[in-house]
Amino acid sequence: MSHSRPTLAVYKFSSCDGCQLSILNLEDELLALAEAVDIAYFLEATRAVKEGPYDLAIVEGSITTQHEIERIKEIRQSAKKLIALGTCATSGGIQALRNFADADRYADVVYEHPEYLHYLKTATPVAEHVHVDLELWGCPVNKAQVLDVISSLLNNRQPNLPPYSVCLECKRRNTVCVLVDQAIPCLGPVTQAGCNAICPSMGRGCYGCFGPAREVNTNSLTTILKKMERQPGETARLFRGISGYSPIFQDAADAILEGNKVAK
Amino acid sequence: MIDSPEKILVPQSELLLSPHWAEVMDITPEAEGISTYWLRFTDPVEQETFRFEPGQFNMVYLPGFGESAISISSDPNDHEKLGHTIRFVGNVTRAVSRLKVGDIVGLRGPFGTYWPMREMEGKDVFISCGGIGLPPLRPAIYHIIRNREKYGKVTLLYGSRTSSDLMFPKEYESWRNANIDVEVTVDRGDANWNGRVGVVPMWFYQFRIDPRKTAVLTCGPEIMIRFVIYEAMARRVPVESIYVSLERNMKCGQGSCGHCQMGPYFICKDGPVFRFDELQSFFNVEEF
Amino acid sequence: MPTERIPEIGSTVTIQKPAFNSILSRLKEDGYLPIGPRLKDEALVYAPIDKIEDLPQGVSTVQKPGYYRLTRGKHMRYFDIIPGAHSWKQFLFPSRAELFKLQKNGREWERLPEKEEPVNYAFIGVRACELAAIQIQDNIFMRSDFTDPIYQAHRKRVFIVSVNCTHPSETCFCTSMGTGPRVKDSYDLDLTELDDVFVLTIGSELGKRLMTGIPFEDASGYIRTNVEHKLEHAEQQMRRKLDTTDLPELILNHLDHPYWNEIGKRCLSCANCTQVCPTCFCWDTVDEISLDGQTTGRARVWDSCFNPGYSYQAGGNTRPTIYSRYRQWMSHKLGTWKQQYGTLGCVGCGRCITWCPAEIDITEEVAALRNEVER
Repeated sequence: MSHSRPTLAVYKFSSCDGCQLSILNLEDELLALAEAVDIAYFLEATRAVKEGPYDLAIVEGSITTQHEIERIKEIRQSAKKLIALGTCATSGGIQALRNFADADRYADVVYEHPEYLHYLKTATPVAEHVHVDLELWGCPVNKAQVLDVISSLLNNRQPNLPPYSVCLECKRRNTVCVLVDQAIPCLGPVTQAGCNAICPSMGRGCYGCFGPAREVNTNSLTTILKKMERQPGETARLFRGISGYSPIFQDAADAILEGNKVAK
Repeated sequence: MIDSPEKILVPQSELLLSPHWAEVMDITPEAEGISTYWLRFTDPVEQETFRFEPGQFNMVYLPGFGESAISISSDPNDHEKLGHTIRFVGNVTRAVSRLKVGDIVGLRGPFGTYWPMREMEGKDVFISCGGIGLPPLRPAIYHIIRNREKYGKVTLLYGSRTSSDLMFPKEYESWRNANIDVEVTVDRGDANWNGRVGVVPMWFYQFRIDPRKTAVLTCGPEIMIRFVIYEAMARRVPVESIYVSLERNMKCGQGSCGHCQMGPYFICKDGPVFRFDELQSFFNVEEF
Repeated sequence: MPTERIPEIGSTVTIQKPAFNSILSRLKEDGYLPIGPRLKDEALVYAPIDKIEDLPQGVSTVQKPGYYRLTRGKHMRYFDIIPGAHSWKQFLFPSRAELFKLQKNGREWERLPEKEEPVNYAFIGVRACELAAIQIQDNIFMRSDFTDPIYQAHRKRVFIVSVNCTHPSETCFCTSMGTGPRVKDSYDLDLTELDDVFVLTIGSELGKRLMTGIPFEDASGYIRTNVEHKLEHAEQQMRRKLDTTDLPELILNHLDHPYWNEIGKRCLSCANCTQVCPTCFCWDTVDEISLDGQTTGRARVWDSCFNPGYSYQAGGNTRPTIYSRYRQWMSHKLGTWKQQYGTLGCVGCGRCITWCPAEIDITEEVAALRNEVER
């Protein structure tokens, strides 16, 4: 099959590189991957660049500048399939916090000469700009899922992306529920599984980086988390975290903030 | 160390969900997105001894993709090959659509209950089905044809969305020759169609049925099944004479994985064919 | 001390607590992996143990709906903390089991050989409710018409040291379900912990053999009375009740009741109740495929009727709403289970109450439904 290997291109937008690195972190499987696909464009891995069009484009990062809007459209045109990789690409990531604030004020605070900056007022997921064939969540993504998605594409198969919540993964690996056991705020019950519940297994609450699971009950979780808040506003901040721009978590945070206003 | 052992393996001699291999001998396209796959077990003894009853199903397995519960649509008396009529809709069945003659698939089965061929002897049989609901009934039709004298009046009322979605149209003539009243209707007529138009339950009422001695068999979209049952009951057909074949998500076929539960039943083991009085008390409970 | 004697099956004896280590060593010599109560992440779990010192001595819990905390220093007993955050089913019905791996050879698939043998577990500290749960799962996985090879392989090798509960937790309601707190049968050794000794009843030939050479004394009348009193006291302590009157019918005759919508608003559909439940048995398959498509594997993993994908099939989802999933769970556990397996599917261990983040309490929900219906 080596004569007609599909070509792969990996791109970075506004992001930290962590998700691309999880491809390189595949280690044991990396050679098999390099045999199965023709890595045509992957600056993090090799400076050798082959011309497009590509069979598969993997895009990391959110869209935060006008230039990025144009670039993502070009990439879409040159790719048969496009995967949005990681929470920045799927919901804007942590930089999407500015979507709920005044981006200019942030720039004024951070930079001495903000006038040199060219940025959009929002950081948005790739799917707001071009058609995305598959979204792979996570900050960072789970490398086993990356591998499964690529082998699924190569084998014309539906990838194993669970629709259920992180709780199932916690229980399968015998993690004790941190929410019940230690009153640690945890988004696990409303967050899509796929990470193998790493954070709770390390005694930390889930912060929702895999985005909302299907048909979740954020209202009920809000009620629970508000009762165990260690500082006021903690629950709203938890929803408005790394996946905060995803519509379901946005609504959950908005509902809390609206409720607070009414209460006042 | 305190975590339980991560990986637990099974003794090699006894395996759960262990597939039996079969070769694709032939593929018959039936309609857009639906084909019949003719299979033979690679083990000749297995092929020789495999028996099934009309209405039963197999779990069809494609390594790397998974299993799908598919009813057997071929003649139970044909011991040379096994037919599965498959619609390409899910992960497994879309992979089935890429199979070629000579490819190997896994099978487990046969599973489930079957149409009451013995109990219906001496009775009229009214088969009322829609779309992909005909394939699980075709083995019953073959059985009736082979034992035609044992059954009274036999009617097949079959409907599909359009005339090009009809299953097995080339066989209707031979079924009619065997004294089966084959009545076909389509939801939407077109230039190529001059037969009945309208959904199956709508036409149901047009047929003369003697409720005292008729068994009604139905299979197809759940909404159609509901209305066929409603119409049959309106004709005073006792619930004990109405048989339905149901469909649910299935993983094991052995009443073990839990997925296909409906009330007290595992559809894979206690169904797929039910006498309607077994289901009546909760059939209309929403999302049950 | 008459160490040359071996206690008979059915007899009750006492051993000094440190002698329990001899039982553990004997089990290990006989090829068992002893699994017992341990502390992990501020909770009780069942995990491999080497010696009695691994057990959580002097630890108890405070448990409420959605709440679990350890308390320390109120006593010096080893077995006064129940139930585990997870159940024994993780060993007999593992949360993930590899079924087989296949490699493509031409057009055919060949099975790759497996390496490991199943483990012989010795369960130390199985409570009466948990024994009942194991028997319920026996009915499910070892039916006359279908036997689950993974379950059976582990089950038939298991050695069981049961423990009578003398201090049930606040979420326990085994007396309502008729399963505890007293262990009745189906053990190799049955243990009751008093402040100074362990009281053991020999339940099987295996249990008897294991006691060979372990120093013991026959249990005195005083000891026996003491055990009785403790068990009676435990029964009286159990405040939480589930009224099982008319149980399958109460639920199955009211599947359309608006009450289910009310639970649906609170339930997270997170599946925690089903995963900690010692009788829940649903499972799913996972298929894997290599990049080149030449190697594939199948595994069996725990599933749950609360998984949004559980009843999904081409054409739709049978239970797309959270209320319908909760209703499925409860109407199965306390309803249709009886038609399927002859008993209810609940043993009263209270795990689903403690570990529900939304604080849903099955005993209160049944009572609430009963109220609504009777109103």
